[in-house]
Amino acid sequence: MAYYFDHNATTPLSEEVLECLTRVQRECYGNPSSIHTAGQRARQAVEQARAQVARWLHAEPGEVVFTSGGTESDNLAIFGIVRRNGGAAGKHVITTTIEHPAVLGACAQLEREGARVTRVRVGSAGVVEAEDVRQAVRPETALITVMHANNETGAVQPIEAIAEIAHEAGVPLHSDGVQAAGRLAVDVWAMGVDLYSLSGHKLNAPKGVGVLAVRNGVSLEAVQHGGRHERERRAGTENVPGIAALGSAAGWLVEHRAEEARRLGFLRDRLETGIIENVPGTRVNAASAPRTPNTTNVLFAGVAGEALTIALDLAGFQVSTGAACSSGAVEPSHVLTAMGLDAAEARSSIRFSLGRTSDEAQVDALIEAVRSAVARLRRTARVHEHA
Amino acid sequence: MRELKGDALIAVAMSGGVDSSTVAALLQREGHRLAGMTMQLWNQRRLPELLPESPTGRCCSLDDVHDARAVAHVLGIPYYVVNFEESFERTVVQPFIEEYLAGRTPIPCTLCNNYVKFDRFLEMAEGVGASYIATGHYARLDFNDTTGRWEMRTGVDGAKDQTYFLWGLTQEQLARTLFPLGGMRKPEVRELAERLGVPTARKNDSQEICFVPNGDYAAFIEAWFREQGRAFEVARGEITDSTGRRLGEHAGVHNFTVGQRKGLGIATGEPLYVISTDAATQQVVVGREPELQRSLLRARQVNWVSIESIREPRAAQVKIRNRHPAADATLIPTADPAIVEVRFDKPQRAVTPGQAAVFYEGDVVLGGGWIE
Repeated sequence: MAYYFDHNATTPLSEEVLECLTRVQRECYGNPSSIHTAGQRARQAVEQARAQVARWLHAEPGEVVFTSGGTESDNLAIFGIVRRNGGAAGKHVITTTIEHPAVLGACAQLEREGARVTRVRVGSAGVVEAEDVRQAVRPETALITVMHANNETGAVQPIEAIAEIAHEAGVPLHSDGVQAAGRLAVDVWAMGVDLYSLSGHKLNAPKGVGVLAVRNGVSLEAVQHGGRHERERRAGTENVPGIAALGSAAGWLVEHRAEEARRLGFLRDRLETGIIENVPGTRVNAASAPRTPNTTNVLFAGVAGEALTIALDLAGFQVSTGAACSSGAVEPSHVLTAMGLDAAEARSSIRFSLGRTSDEAQVDALIEAVRSAVARLRRTARVHEHA
Repeated sequence: MRELKGDALIAVAMSGGVDSSTVAALLQREGHRLAGMTMQLWNQRRLPELLPESPTGRCCSLDDVHDARAVAHVLGIPYYVVNFEESFERTVVQPFIEEYLAGRTPIPCTLCNNYVKFDRFLEMAEGVGASYIATGHYARLDFNDTTGRWEMRTGVDGAKDQTYFLWGLTQEQLARTLFPLGGMRKPEVRELAERLGVPTARKNDSQEICFVPNGDYAAFIEAWFREQGRAFEVARGEITDSTGRRLGEHAGVHNFTVGQRKGLGIATGEPLYVISTDAATQQVVVGREPELQRSLLRARQVNWVSIESIREPRAAQVKIRNRHPAADATLIPTADPAIVEVRFDKPQRAVTPGQAAVFYEGDVVLGGGWIE
């Protein structure tokens, strides 16, 4: 039996999404751009999903751009804004030190294109200060991009306060909402952002589909060129089944998100308390920050996170040492080190992220598995002659 | 095969090569609970100038991980990549470089066995709940009820025997180690691999020093210094004969190893060999073949494997290089239990400081030490 506690990496498809995906895959095979009936049926599936996503985000359907996922949405937002009106050279971008590699990588590329990037630091709770963002604004600032919630710690960033600063300065604000969407209530424009990224596979929808919400009136320069899809903002034949499945997931969230968030928050707190009380030498990272209800990141002093992850997997519990993208790498988490943890502490930290399939019995079993695995790892750790 | 504890979990060190893949397949066929693990020891993106054409085909390349993963997948066993790059750098690569710069010829494989494979990997295995580790080394292990010790014997396939690199293992390590290939010959292993459907059955054998491309140590050391942003002091020195007569000069003692003939840059009528190097004086002494012969050596940091120790002189066969046919000798204890004198019956060619002297009694590995 495998218990899955890595919903921030990806989520399994929910039953209703799987059903929708299968049906659309089979029935709506047409190309949405075609004139004929099969094409129209596919178009209808896409537009219905667009309406569902728009309703969920409190946006207009025309503000929803379907992409291949979170990374593409982030890239489209960042390059689409900064490169418009004559390229990136000489422009300035503000981001933070704890962003997902999709944002950090895009910003690094902008630097190679001649832009300047300020990466605002976070405090020990893993939260950026809005005031620090204000200090970073310059006349040539072309974009502020700050994630809504962090993937490793769940720490929620003060987007509303940053939005006020952005508006005062007349600078567009993008937020990577991949980990927040579906977990927090998202009233996207009321939050004050101009662009918002999200990904289907974090919401029990399939991999390979995402959304960039673009507020009406915000112009984007396309990154991917070709046909006039998605109102000329994203060329390429639509991933019809994936988009429909994401629409289905959005429909579920409209009805059930608040209740599910409460349920996960309760389970997460039970897990955290259980670990802290039963396993000595533990500490919750970003504990004092407002957090997404499904995420906890725990430091197990003196225990190698890599070994604990493997031990738990062999016992049937799937957890993560941090972002899935950085596993296998030697570098300690850039998010945890940005919060002031040293490399050893960062490597001793484990992320547990809950979701639709999690329940109380699984959480209780996980607490016991963690207790036993950590005890064994501490017992067998040896002193290295060359340490 | 020894009797294992009931439902014991075995961590198999899987390099992606045919030997360790076959180990996994063999143990699985015997019904054991397995976890496959590949040690990531070296970041193949480092020192790109040494092998600019491709990042694959090197130690710890993505290809190797891909192969190991494919084998684990076919066998249906859990599989993980575990990262020991930092330990490897500190306990293998850096000492390897220091040894060369000190004018010795190190064996990184032994350091890797002592400090990474049978230390960090074993620790990782125990930590995740494994009772044993299994590797594809060609060596045999048996428990001697009379002495209460684990005894190591050479692999049945003499050409593949790897005991020369395993003399540093302790009883505690051996008690938790399985070498399932020790009783097999390489062709049998390949045949078995084919029969068990191991995807890597036809893969070529790997080279000996995994992180040094093409065996070019000097180029590796120089590239490593550049990577560290440290100036590599090319300490030039003299090449002399054994009487001190100057024959030429050289660009650093790290370019030379005892017994080396090529690359001396001296034109003489007769073939000359490196007899010794001295890092302190930067001197390289060369001479004719007979001058390479030695009858005596001192081994330090001696580890006893199949026996507890020696208290009086003991006849043995001693290997001073991996490819060296073990030569008859007498092991002589000294006042320091970590130092043993080896007196060969017949002089041996090119006794090289930094290499190991491994003591055998027939096929039994008594122990070994580093040649001073």
